[in-house]
Amino acid sequence: MGLCENCKKAQATFHLMNITREGEKIERHLCERCAIEEGLVQAPKQNFSMEIIENFIESAKSSGPENQSDMLCDECGISYVEFRNQGLLGCPNDYDAFQDVLQPLIERAHDGATQHIGKTPSTLGVERTPQQEIRLLKRQLDEAVAAEDYERAAKLRDRIDTLEKS
Amino acid sequence: MKQPFDGLVRNDGEWLRGDGPMHEIVISTRIRLARNIAGFHFLSRADSEMRAEIAETVQAAVRKAGLLNDFTHVDVDQLEELERNLLVERQLVSRQHAEGIGARKVVFDENEASAVMINEEDHVRIQVMRSGLQLEQAWEQINAVDDALEARLEYAFHPQYGYLTACPTNLGTGIRVSVMLHLPALRLTNELERVGRAAKDLKLAVRGLFGEGTEAMGDFFQISNQITLGCEETAIIRAFHDGVIPEIVEYEKSARAALLDKRLYALDDKLFRAYGALQNARLMSTSEAMQYLSHVRMGLHIGRLKTVDLQTVNQLFIQTQPAHLQALEGQRLNGEQRSIARANLIRDRLSRN
Repeated sequence: MGLCENCKKAQATFHLMNITREGEKIERHLCERCAIEEGLVQAPKQNFSMEIIENFIESAKSSGPENQSDMLCDECGISYVEFRNQGLLGCPNDYDAFQDVLQPLIERAHDGATQHIGKTPSTLGVERTPQQEIRLLKRQLDEAVAAEDYERAAKLRDRIDTLEKS
Repeated sequence: MKQPFDGLVRNDGEWLRGDGPMHEIVISTRIRLARNIAGFHFLSRADSEMRAEIAETVQAAVRKAGLLNDFTHVDVDQLEELERNLLVERQLVSRQHAEGIGARKVVFDENEASAVMINEEDHVRIQVMRSGLQLEQAWEQINAVDDALEARLEYAFHPQYGYLTACPTNLGTGIRVSVMLHLPALRLTNELERVGRAAKDLKLAVRGLFGEGTEAMGDFFQISNQITLGCEETAIIRAFHDGVIPEIVEYEKSARAALLDKRLYALDDKLFRAYGALQNARLMSTSEAMQYLSHVRMGLHIGRLKTVDLQTVNQLFIQTQPAHLQALEGQRLNGEQRSIARANLIRDRLSRN
């Protein structure tokens, strides 16, 4: 094991032997970074969530409207293309501004889900919409049935019925 | 080394305390919530003025919330590199937060169980850490911190999408549950792909010790959820608690039992070689130390090694990390100097056992 012959700082982990037409043997010993810089190996994937984002972007390219590259958010000024390149949105308003093209990405990231259930900020006075409430109750109903808690299941079913009728 | 870093180095920290339910295999439970403040841009579009304003706003809310006493407030952008790395090794901040740009902070409590990262990828990242498998307790605690902050901050919230995050992969609940597991026997028996399968079925990710993009060192693995939208926080937690974690713990236990039953000499050889190397080596890299300590930790738990105490081993896991080592030595060290200092520290600690 030796140091990278290029930067002489990192451990050489990439070893290449080339034989020229003249039959001369050329050995190279490089660290990963220098090998990537010289284009001898591909840079490793950054991380899992970047990979997911890249996947979405691919799917967004094929499914989004054709003029998506022109889309801008009035609030923060980010373009959809910029989001696509960095994987991060510019402001909360982007979720509405880019909704048409974001929605398929969101669905892919979250196993088809498009609606939040769970904690909501109480100070905002945000109340669940009846649809959200029903979804939540149905999930709880499934769990109650799975746990064979039929008393609770019956109560949940009644509440769902009431909400669905209203 | 400035306060509070001097004290930190010598503490054990919550996540390596080595107790709590299933602690022999489950090192720690961590829950993180991603939140953003309404009326501000996300950080990629926030200029330095807005960043500073966000940092001030969130920090003020944390102070006023007064949930836990003795919070330490740290301006991450004012720290030296070594101090930032120390926080990463203690899992109080992410690598991304340590290496980020502009005004950013972290606030953590005395036993390092709760922390709030300000201006990481999102404006607010709350984290709660517990030893062993303590999902419900961690959820209760983080939920309380979140409630207290929410009473003083207006979070960006969308009726359909829930809590809005800079990256759509965290959207909805903004929750990331991570359970850190120690699985040396599954690695020795080449059965780690069982872990991968169990996790994949539930769309969970398996990562290394320091989270995203890191390698599994010393047989430590983090299991975390990927889906944050359309699933209640408590349902996500239950999937870990009732499903995947006990399942993987059973795999590891049966791998340990099989090694004891069928390959005792090979097992003992691994454990005692690891112990011998730790007692005698003169140069030791981080990954080498982690691997040997991992085997010794298992050896203690299955009763094959009796001459070391668990506390010492747990402490060594953290104190042999590069930034901790340099902090203990009180100076910056290059790679070789660190290997020497690490070997010396380990020999010294083990001889005092």
